[in-house]
Amino acid sequence: MGQDSPLLSIEHVSKEFYGNVVLHDVSFDLKAGEILGLVGENGAGKTTLMRILFGMPVIAETGGYKGRVLIDGAEVRFSSPFDALDAGIGMVHQEFSLIPGFSTTENIVLNRESMRPTFLNEVFGDRMSVLDRPDMRRRAEGAIAKLGVKLDPDMLVSEMPVGHKQFTEIAREINREKTRVLVLDEPTAVLTESEAEVLLVALRNLAKQGIAIIFISHRLHEVVAVADRIVVLRDGVAVKDTPASGVSVRDIASWMVGRSVQTDRVTEGEERSFGEEFLIVEHLWVDMPGETVRDVNLSVRKGEIFGIGGLAGQGKLGIPNGIMGLFPAGGSVSFHGKEAPLNDPRRVLEMGMAFVSEDRRGVGLLLDESLEWNIAFTAMQIQGGYLKPLLGGLLKLRDEAGMRKLTEEYVATLDIKCTSPAQKAKELSGGNQQKVCLAKAFALKPDLLFVSEPTRGIDVGAKKLVLDTLHKYNRDYGTTIVMVSSELEELRSICDRIAIVDEGRIAGILPPSAELAEFGLLMSGEKAEEAKEAGRA
Amino acid sequence: MRNLKQFITDFGWPRIIIFIFLVALFLAAPLVNVRLDSSLSDVINRFGQNAVFVLAMVPMIQSGCGLNFGLSIGIIAGLLGATISVQLGLTGFLGFFGALVIATPFAVLFGWLYGKLLNKVKGEEMTIAMYVGFAGVMFMCIMWLVLPYTAPTMIWGYAGKGLRTTITVEGFYRRVLNDFLAVRIGENFVFPTGEILFVAAAAFLLWVFMRTKTGTAITAVGSNPDYARASGISVDRMRTISVIISTILGAAGILVYQQSFGFIQLYTAPLSMPFAAVAAILIGGASVNKASMVNVIVGAFLFQGLLTMTPSVINSALQTDMSEVVRIIVSNGIIIYALTRKTKVAK
Repeated sequence: MGQDSPLLSIEHVSKEFYGNVVLHDVSFDLKAGEILGLVGENGAGKTTLMRILFGMPVIAETGGYKGRVLIDGAEVRFSSPFDALDAGIGMVHQEFSLIPGFSTTENIVLNRESMRPTFLNEVFGDRMSVLDRPDMRRRAEGAIAKLGVKLDPDMLVSEMPVGHKQFTEIAREINREKTRVLVLDEPTAVLTESEAEVLLVALRNLAKQGIAIIFISHRLHEVVAVADRIVVLRDGVAVKDTPASGVSVRDIASWMVGRSVQTDRVTEGEERSFGEEFLIVEHLWVDMPGETVRDVNLSVRKGEIFGIGGLAGQGKLGIPNGIMGLFPAGGSVSFHGKEAPLNDPRRVLEMGMAFVSEDRRGVGLLLDESLEWNIAFTAMQIQGGYLKPLLGGLLKLRDEAGMRKLTEEYVATLDIKCTSPAQKAKELSGGNQQKVCLAKAFALKPDLLFVSEPTRGIDVGAKKLVLDTLHKYNRDYGTTIVMVSSELEELRSICDRIAIVDEGRIAGILPPSAELAEFGLLMSGEKAEEAKEAGRA
Repeated sequence: MRNLKQFITDFGWPRIIIFIFLVALFLAAPLVNVRLDSSLSDVINRFGQNAVFVLAMVPMIQSGCGLNFGLSIGIIAGLLGATISVQLGLTGFLGFFGALVIATPFAVLFGWLYGKLLNKVKGEEMTIAMYVGFAGVMFMCIMWLVLPYTAPTMIWGYAGKGLRTTITVEGFYRRVLNDFLAVRIGENFVFPTGEILFVAAAAFLLWVFMRTKTGTAITAVGSNPDYARASGISVDRMRTISVIISTILGAAGILVYQQSFGFIQLYTAPLSMPFAAVAAILIGGASVNKASMVNVIVGAFLFQGLLTMTPSVINSALQTDMSEVVRIIVSNGIIIYALTRKTKVAK
């Protein structure tokens, strides 16, 4: 303990997925008994880095990584999480991996149970040993004591409060005798504030006993409170590696979101004028798994491009999905001065709203059908377009020629790369699929268009084209656009106003020219007042 | 060469193998003293007899409800129509179409209930459908005895009540479609024009329906229910409609079958009928979620051809009776093949 040579070193680690660089030349050291706070936006590369460290097979499957990971000065290259466990790395994931019907003790010593031989061993070997429950309990209690928390060793996991589950999971990791490095990925995300505090105390306890901890969290004040050193990842690069003392939440926030390149406003130099407020959302809640919206109030003016940002899981995606009736929702939404019904996709579409879903392949496309179908279908079903009357209107059949013409139009204007309008949607690349989704929404000629994560998973060139297309439609047809995106830069480049969602509520609405630190503070759940203060300072 | 390869991939190896096998059976037939012209006549007749059942698979496959293993529900509706028509003493074309008209409301009602049930078990439709079919058939076993039919041609002679297991439609609507404009060539070959016309008309109507707004919506629901829902389609409603149409076609199918076969078969007879239809559409190249009219026609022809030719040729060649064994192996083998292929596609 207190030794100076690092326990764990990450040296020049780079990783790319199919040409997409997610980590670039990341290096840092970790000493025994040190707590390292690792922060970064979604997609900054935190998870990938931890996967490399933990030897997840997905890394090897996608071509491995460059650089070196050293433990006690010797290079290691794990091929599976088991190797990582043997080397003394323990990991606590965001989601619990506990068996609900087992007690605390059983979960802590799972698969490492203490055994007592019986006479059957003579015949059948070790597999016939029985559990040594008193010893298991002793070990579990030891681990709990080491953690310094109160935990009933006999309680069933299914009956525990969330905080205790988290402790059980950590206790399981430190029960391994070899564990020297503990990785905690968002351990406080599911905890209440008081529970989180207990956890932080426990982490400091562990660190005192010589265990090195990597602590990943979006709650920046926790990172500041507990970490000895802070590493900030941004776009796969470790932009900051600094001792935690003297660092403020605001500093971290601006390091997290700050880009070295200035944003290019797409709408630069343009006169932007807006009409009346025509979408008014009040007390909206949406029960979308993983993206719960709790209480959202906002209003969008006609002709505006309104951005909604925030970290993953905070509920930004739930807003359009809820208004469009795809997930159970409540509250009130008024559009054009009329009450829009919730939970009824058809009526909302008929009112002139359209939605480009973030789940392109799941909701956005008919993968097995032609582009013609994909683009014309919604317009046919909602507005009765692309139907050809037969027998004096008695019967209406699909107008294949009309559908083809429409598709060809969009293939030309949006530059969709395909072999023909009859090509199946699943055969296109991600960027072109996204354009098909946009074409589907444009074919409805909506007054209000929701686009959700329009540039997720597509390359840079396609991104620009998608954003330009949105802007063009807004300018030429006066289509109001509500754009939800995890990429702040994207929002700042195109939107007139940007709302940041945190914990299912709007944390604040900022102009795109606002300082990055303000966005960062709103995103990481620091108080809105603090953001204002930061803006003034 | 490229074209040939493309053709083979489009048509699919299983179909080509079965087709070659079928041709081989036809070639071998004269060698074992099986007459070609009567065989061909049989194949065409059986194609017409069964094609409507195969057609009944299409709407439910397209709407994502999978293969209609519960086709027996439609068959029961058809049997109700048939027995009531006979009870009323309708004969000839009136008998056949009367039965169809009577059967339709039953089919709509049963299909609606059956569809409601399938909407509650999304993802498990095929398993549930099979049991619904079995249960329905067994329930009707009781009803056939209890329902107050009185026509002397239908009820048990010794008890004076309860329907017989097999009822002849001789004198009612036996062969009304088969003999309509039938073309006889030589001694042993008859082309059942009316039957084929009926099948063609049914196929055309379904083809048109699948091209309407509702039909398009049904296909979209089957292709991606989430997409359809996001486009304002009521997924459950479309699925129910597809089940109702499938059930009506099942009812029409059994009537076509009866007029050609000559008998109304009650009690447990409908139990295994869905399997032949399922096997046929799968041989025709349909998958569990995509089916076309071509699949129906090719499948019904190949499957019925196989079922007609294999027993007669092989039995004559081997001097044993294996017809039933061959039939079961072929139809169930094809079902297994197609269902395992489905999991591959899903991944």
